[in-house]
Amino acid sequence: MGETADQFFVTLQHWLVGHAPASLQPILSSLLSVVAILGVFALLFAITTVLERKGLGRIQNRYGPNRVGPFGFLQPIADGIKSLTKEDIVPHAADKVVHFLAPVVLVLAAFSLYAVLPLGRNMVLANLDAGVLFFFAVSSVMELTIFMAGWSSRNKYSLLGAMRAIAQMISYEVPLILASVTVIMAAGSLSTVAIVEKQAGYTGILPHWFVFTPWGFAGFVLFMIAATAESNRSPFDLPEGESEIIAGYYTEYSGFKFALFFLGEYLGMFAISGLGITLFLGGWAAPFSFLAWVPSYLWFFAKLLGMIVVFIWVRGTLPRLRMDQLMNFAWKFMLPMALLNLVTVAVWHFLPQGVLRWIVCGLMVVVPYVLLGRGLTRGWKLEKRVYRFAE
Amino acid sequence: MLGEGIAKGFVETARNFLGSYFSKDRLTTVQFPEERAPQIEATRDFPFLVYDGDDWQAGMRCVGCQICEKECPPKCIYIEKSKDKKPDAVGKPQFYPAVFNIDVSVCMSCQICVEVCPFEAIKMDTEFELSTDDRFGGLLWDKARLSKSNEYYRKVHPTDAAVSDAILAEEKAKAEAKAKAATESKANPALANAPQAGSEVPSTQ
Repeated sequence: MGETADQFFVTLQHWLVGHAPASLQPILSSLLSVVAILGVFALLFAITTVLERKGLGRIQNRYGPNRVGPFGFLQPIADGIKSLTKEDIVPHAADKVVHFLAPVVLVLAAFSLYAVLPLGRNMVLANLDAGVLFFFAVSSVMELTIFMAGWSSRNKYSLLGAMRAIAQMISYEVPLILASVTVIMAAGSLSTVAIVEKQAGYTGILPHWFVFTPWGFAGFVLFMIAATAESNRSPFDLPEGESEIIAGYYTEYSGFKFALFFLGEYLGMFAISGLGITLFLGGWAAPFSFLAWVPSYLWFFAKLLGMIVVFIWVRGTLPRLRMDQLMNFAWKFMLPMALLNLVTVAVWHFLPQGVLRWIVCGLMVVVPYVLLGRGLTRGWKLEKRVYRFAE
Repeated sequence: MLGEGIAKGFVETARNFLGSYFSKDRLTTVQFPEERAPQIEATRDFPFLVYDGDDWQAGMRCVGCQICEKECPPKCIYIEKSKDKKPDAVGKPQFYPAVFNIDVSVCMSCQICVEVCPFEAIKMDTEFELSTDDRFGGLLWDKARLSKSNEYYRKVHPTDAAVSDAILAEEKAKAEAKAKAATESKANPALANAPQAGSEVPSTQ
């Protein structure tokens, strides 16, 4: 029973494809997966926008959207209709082709990220040998589209936003990839499917997820911080800081192109959360051995929703960083931690299993954290600010 | 240590999030069409014309003196005086406004018309759900739309209405006394040069 439910979508796809002539079967099979991914993640985007607005509202002690449909859950439909019926304005001086291409390519790139994410057992669109590499390569296309948008708009705010975005993304891509490299070292493979399989076993009831090791935990935290910066989310939303540069690189976008940017950004966030789940949280594996009967894709989406909740929580909590704080954090804290983490995973690999390995690797994570944190915060004067004329 | 403040912040926002489900006091938003915050008594937005009794045309207090029209800073009031006369709130025959229009898209809610009106005829309203899809005609209110009963005025601005009622009662008493004196003077030719009732505008100033 559990097996049938787990493989339901896989068998459904095989059954559907079986009706087609043999020459069309491979392309039809891919097409079905693509359509499923497009549908599921676009729906998840719609749900997330309303959940985010409601969650942020509750954090700020207000209701959030509660007018459209039951509890406001039809709000995304209203938003979609609104953005479809709005006028699409292209600035007179804009580079029209690039201006049009930027949101389209962004969404395309964001969707192609899902090709290598294993959404469940046997549920991956393309099991590439270099899946993680593919993921990072495509995610850098998203950075390019942001610069395309900023540059083609011929607007100083767009350009400022795009330059901030490029500076930020290049800085945070380094710790992001270094944090993932630890997993690649431990798993010995660049294939996302192989990485998930490496974490599939259980000791007693506890899983072998990489996050439950000192280096994995540090790597996961580094990965998630860098992922937040990569997906331009608060507190790293400098590229679109409303209070400073209007809307950053998408200042000159309106109507459905704006919605496409919104979609692309959220899809990027889901994809990078999905990669975080794949690399550190055991992918589609159940968190306890006795829960393994629950279908694997449900676990993946439960974890993804958990990550989304954390993203919303972070957005509701932390104020936006300043540019110098952003850069200092990336280069003076994240990068050394990520590099040290590479050494830690090597030490973990070569030390024999036991308490010693935990102590040594734990210290290798905690001591640099404390020292680097001290270095980063040295010179900070955290005191109550006194306003001469306002009080 | 680095991150302590961040952790504190997370706890705070989590407390807000969960608290908003358990404590109603946290959610201060008034869910407008279903719930309404009580209005303070001094609330005002646009003027209306007060009438006494049940018939708005017969009970109209306005005598078409056009003082408000002249005093209105943005000039949003338009009045045409009638040719005939009807008894006013005090009982004297007076002109009445044949046309009384207020363009509320121009009105700035300054209440100067209310201050200058000697007849307690124009007062400020509290009605605010006034949206319309006709931005010109829909916002130009005529006499019929502007007229509201004295009972309504008592309801929205009780204190002011009491003052207004007292002034009118006093005027009425004065007018009645004068009318009585006039009838007495008619009976007694020695007082024949007393002013005739109805030929002068009563003044509250």
